[in-house]
Amino acid sequence: MSAMTLDANDRLLTVPPRARSATDLTPDLAGHLATHGALAVPTRDDAAWTAAVWRAVSESGLLGRGGAGFPAAVKWDAVRSGGRRPMVVVNAMEGEPASAKDKVLLAYSPHLVLDGADVAAAAVGASDIVICVTDDNGPTAASVTAAVAERARAGMAHRRISVERPPGRYVSGEESALVAWLNNRRALPSLRIDKSVPLAVGRRPVLVHNAETLSQVALIARHGPEWFRRLGTPEAPGSTLVTVSGAVRSPGVLEVELGTPVGDIVRRAGLEGALSGLLLGGYGGAWLDPSHLSTPYAPGPLAAAGATMGVGIMVALPVTSCGIAETARIVRYMAGESAGQCGPCVFGLPAIADDLEQLAVGRAGADVLERIEVRAAVVDGRGGCRHPDGVVRLARTALAVFADDALAHGRGRPCAGHRAPSVLALPAATTRDRWAS
Amino acid sequence: MTTRQRIGLRVRVDPVACDAYGYCAELLPERVTLDEWGYPIVDGTPVAGGLVALATRAAAECPRRAVLLEQVLVSR
Ligand code: SF4
Ligand code: SF4
Repeated sequence: MSAMTLDANDRLLTVPPRARSATDLTPDLAGHLATHGALAVPTRDDAAWTAAVWRAVSESGLLGRGGAGFPAAVKWDAVRSGGRRPMVVVNAMEGEPASAKDKVLLAYSPHLVLDGADVAAAAVGASDIVICVTDDNGPTAASVTAAVAERARAGMAHRRISVERPPGRYVSGEESALVAWLNNRRALPSLRIDKSVPLAVGRRPVLVHNAETLSQVALIARHGPEWFRRLGTPEAPGSTLVTVSGAVRSPGVLEVELGTPVGDIVRRAGLEGALSGLLLGGYGGAWLDPSHLSTPYAPGPLAAAGATMGVGIMVALPVTSCGIAETARIVRYMAGESAGQCGPCVFGLPAIADDLEQLAVGRAGADVLERIEVRAAVVDGRGGCRHPDGVVRLARTALAVFADDALAHGRGRPCAGHRAPSVLALPAATTRDRWAS
Repeated sequence: MTTRQRIGLRVRVDPVACDAYGYCAELLPERVTLDEWGYPIVDGTPVAGGLVALATRAAAECPRRAVLLEQVLVSR
């Protein structure tokens, strides 16, 4: 999935002046500068520039686009206070199977991401930038590597910059796992007791930003916080990238204004027919009831509706599919993607997957719904990272949004949809239905 | 300051390190129970009085050093 639908309000996915269509986009440096304008980043510490860009990012209210939605400026504060030179890590891992926004961004506009990394590095006094792309994503790595080389030829490489290829597993893009990989080549998450203590490579503090977050930084550094705030809501300013798939005519990546009603976004992607539910955030995200399609797409309103923005995925589930069966497949996949370190994640997620699979085919006992709720409550919040929490939220919202189906399945009367092919994309090894044989 | 505060100790478990030996639940059942797979479920209410010694012992005796004691401010 790499299609894009462009819109007049687009910022990250702007059409370069000379391009005629979305397929005629060349990510070369000259085209990039013609589209977005020049950007001066100091090569050595420059107090006045640093203060100005710091204020701009802080006043912009930019929230991280990697899933946690943490204010970007607060992350900068945490690394700058230390004595050693920090390192900037560009997180372009995008381990979420239904997400393509970072791949599209780096294929289409790698220089915007590299500009943002440069700005962040200059602002926090970092001398190194490391871009992390999974080992199974060759095209993105090639695009980034070519863009880095192009900048070096143009005399724009002021900092050491390298591309790293951690393993392409679901949790290896989690911040602490990424930093563990850079330290010891094992991409495993760890428990962070105090989040205000920055992660470190060796003894150097590390600033990890998602690729999209950095591209927003590049635009804020150019145009300022007022410009940035012209789109979005006061709490969630700006635009953001979403990856829409499922029952839509044009699956792909869209740039949307934060606060846009969720339903408008899926309709822009060409929603076809009626929905039984909308998956939001990611595979550790949440199901949204179709009656909540007017919810503004922003962290606060989505949280109030029990959902999350996560990494910006939206999957429209058609009424012909079974939300319980789809959820069972995702939970099984997510259980297999556990990093295998924490008991509640290692044992709890497969147990919940078992429950959901039995429920999907109508062979679970009458107490299954209660058992899932109990297990979900036991697992929630008890992993070293947030992986199990997201899976549990998905399972709980499935039972709420598909409540009538869940009851019928629980009584041994599964809907016909549980035999329908999977709408939610899963990496090859796990698409086989474990309860089919 | 109108509210008086003191330092309390809260028990935490690092789930990455824990291997379900269960000593913590045996030593400090007031704060730790085990889930259906044998992993500790911790009640984060700060310990006081005689429980402090037990919590300290649970931390010292965990074979994986997974029991952590966190200092927190509690108002009295
Ligand atoms: S919670 Fe799961 S994914 Fe996260 S560190 Fe523990 S075992 Fe790994
Ligand atoms: S004693 Fe340590 S290893 Fe054993 S269950 Fe408690 S925390 Fe886990």
